[in-house]
Amino acid sequence: MPTGTTDQGVHPSEAPGVAREPLVLNNRSFSWITERICGIVENRQPLGWWFLFIPSAILAGCLIFTLVYLVSTGVGIWGMNHPVAWGWDIVNFVFWIGIGHAGTLISAILFLTRQKWRTSVNRASEAMTLFAVMCAGIFPGFHVGRFWMVWFLAPVPNSNAIWQNFKSPLLWDVFAVSTYFTVSVIFWYIGLIPDLATLRDRARTKFRKLAYGFFALGWRGGNRQWQHYEMAYLLLAALSTPLVLSVHSVVSFDFATSVVPGWHTTIFPPYFVAGAIFGGFAMVLTLMLPCRLIYGLQDLITMKHIDNMAKIILLTGTIVGYAYIMELFISYYSANKYETDAFHLRILSGPYTWAYYCMFFCNVIAPQVFWFEKARKNLWIVFIIANFVNAGMWFERFVIIPTSVSVDFLPGQWGLYSPTWVEKLMFAGSFGLFMSLFLIFLRFLPVIAIAEVKGVLPQADPHYHDWKKLREGRRSK
Amino acid sequence: MSTTTASTKQIFGIVAEFDSASDLYHAAEKVRDAGFKRWDVHTPFPIHGMDHAMGLKKSWLSGVVLCGGVTGFTTALILQFFTQVNLYPTIVQGKPTNLNTVPAFFPVTFELTILFSAFATLFGLLIFVLLPRWNHPLFESALFKKFSDDGFLLVIESKDPKFREDKTTEFLESIGAKAIERVDA
Repeated sequence: MPTGTTDQGVHPSEAPGVAREPLVLNNRSFSWITERICGIVENRQPLGWWFLFIPSAILAGCLIFTLVYLVSTGVGIWGMNHPVAWGWDIVNFVFWIGIGHAGTLISAILFLTRQKWRTSVNRASEAMTLFAVMCAGIFPGFHVGRFWMVWFLAPVPNSNAIWQNFKSPLLWDVFAVSTYFTVSVIFWYIGLIPDLATLRDRARTKFRKLAYGFFALGWRGGNRQWQHYEMAYLLLAALSTPLVLSVHSVVSFDFATSVVPGWHTTIFPPYFVAGAIFGGFAMVLTLMLPCRLIYGLQDLITMKHIDNMAKIILLTGTIVGYAYIMELFISYYSANKYETDAFHLRILSGPYTWAYYCMFFCNVIAPQVFWFEKARKNLWIVFIIANFVNAGMWFERFVIIPTSVSVDFLPGQWGLYSPTWVEKLMFAGSFGLFMSLFLIFLRFLPVIAIAEVKGVLPQADPHYHDWKKLREGRRSK
Repeated sequence: MSTTTASTKQIFGIVAEFDSASDLYHAAEKVRDAGFKRWDVHTPFPIHGMDHAMGLKKSWLSGVVLCGGVTGFTTALILQFFTQVNLYPTIVQGKPTNLNTVPAFFPVTFELTILFSAFATLFGLLIFVLLPRWNHPLFESALFKKFSDDGFLLVIESKDPKFREDKTTEFLESIGAKAIERVDA
């Protein structure tokens, strides 16, 4: 008899009053999950995939075009000049890095806190993280002007005998972002190994068997392997949790450690991290809502998942709102003339005041509808609000970055900034690259972590059948 | 019950399939109690508590990762101090580099600690689970393929001192195996 038997002889997950909504609906079997998820990469893609992929690929082509134009001409083709030296490129960098936070949050923090619902969305959000960080890396990489000199950022001995200044937040940023990307790749890949083995074992063509087989490394799913695998996963989750919090904190140091009014704020690290999680979840919803519909994954990504993510958006959105108001209060309370003026211009009479209110509406006001269950259950509302948040988070970075430097200490050196068509096309192109990469991921790799979802089914519990037999025995008495 | 015909080749071991995670769990307890040493269960996902049912001890991958972390931490501090103090002192805003500069070195130290730990996790894992190994006798078994879908398999290797082909097969049948296959080495 299993330990902890209840009098009714029911599995704890089914006990009345304790039962939770199942993570996978309709009592699906293990092989149904394999079939449904592997089917996506084994069958022809639905029309919707091509419908999204072709424009995305064209936009990604535009990105390559603008980059070639930029390298062959020089950064002068961007609209930046004195005093605004950080324009859309850095805005886009911070925007994409922020989006890249949800993946590791879902895979690491929700793993450590035993939130089993993460299993249905972690694979896709980790992939999204990687692609977002790739898009982010392009902007500062090319912002340096001479792209072929980017290796100067790495601490390697060189013939000039010059070393980096390790006291500079910009160098911290290089380390933070590259570590984040590398660790995310490792985490993602370790998670993929068992699923690649599933695809390998199902492969019908020789090429597929070779390709998936190569990356599956010969995984055999033995418990003597799972034992270390689970430990590795736990350790990576424990390592990634402080990492994900550190990355956007370090990004915020780029601004917070300077003396520019509007940037020089101690609240920046937690405020940036909350904003990153906020924007990241919005992007996860933006991608997963259509994906779930196109591929028929409603039993795996249930309304419960969407509800949970909407609640996280509400929470982090409210934290961000608190940070906005606290920034204003501190600028008033500091009695520092430059600080007060910077925020006066930001919210009342500055040239970019309109952007502040766009940001405030999209990030703070709009998500408040998620207090209502009806709104969280209506997928159209969820999708629209998620896109408000996507836009709002971009505006947040725009409000912080170019507008602060355009009006700093001396009115004599004030100057406005507006982007050129190259910057606009590059931004659109980065979306094209992001979408193309994500669609290619959908095409070739399992979008849901197969092994992990199987592990949260009730019949995966080694005592599930004991309970069942016990119950049947009682019934027959 | 399916049993393959006797083969003249060397035997690698016997694969037995069980009905469910529960059945496999109890079978593993019995195999452990019977005193087998070279055996394993192969499942589509890690089964909770299986380490105990198999009598396995805690994974010490964490020790490898700790070494990785300590290496990263020391590397970062040496890299920063040596380049900033000895090789190329940069005095920014009139601030020299000395012990008081340590807080400025925290971010890079932290990142490298994590980076080295993550690599230690990856390579430690691969060494602990003896992968990559693209070829294995088990891949020749038709029954074994089910492990990555919905098969709950138990494999006893012929290298086990207690292994006798006929007796082990009988034993596996007696503990509830629903299909059994002999695998050539």
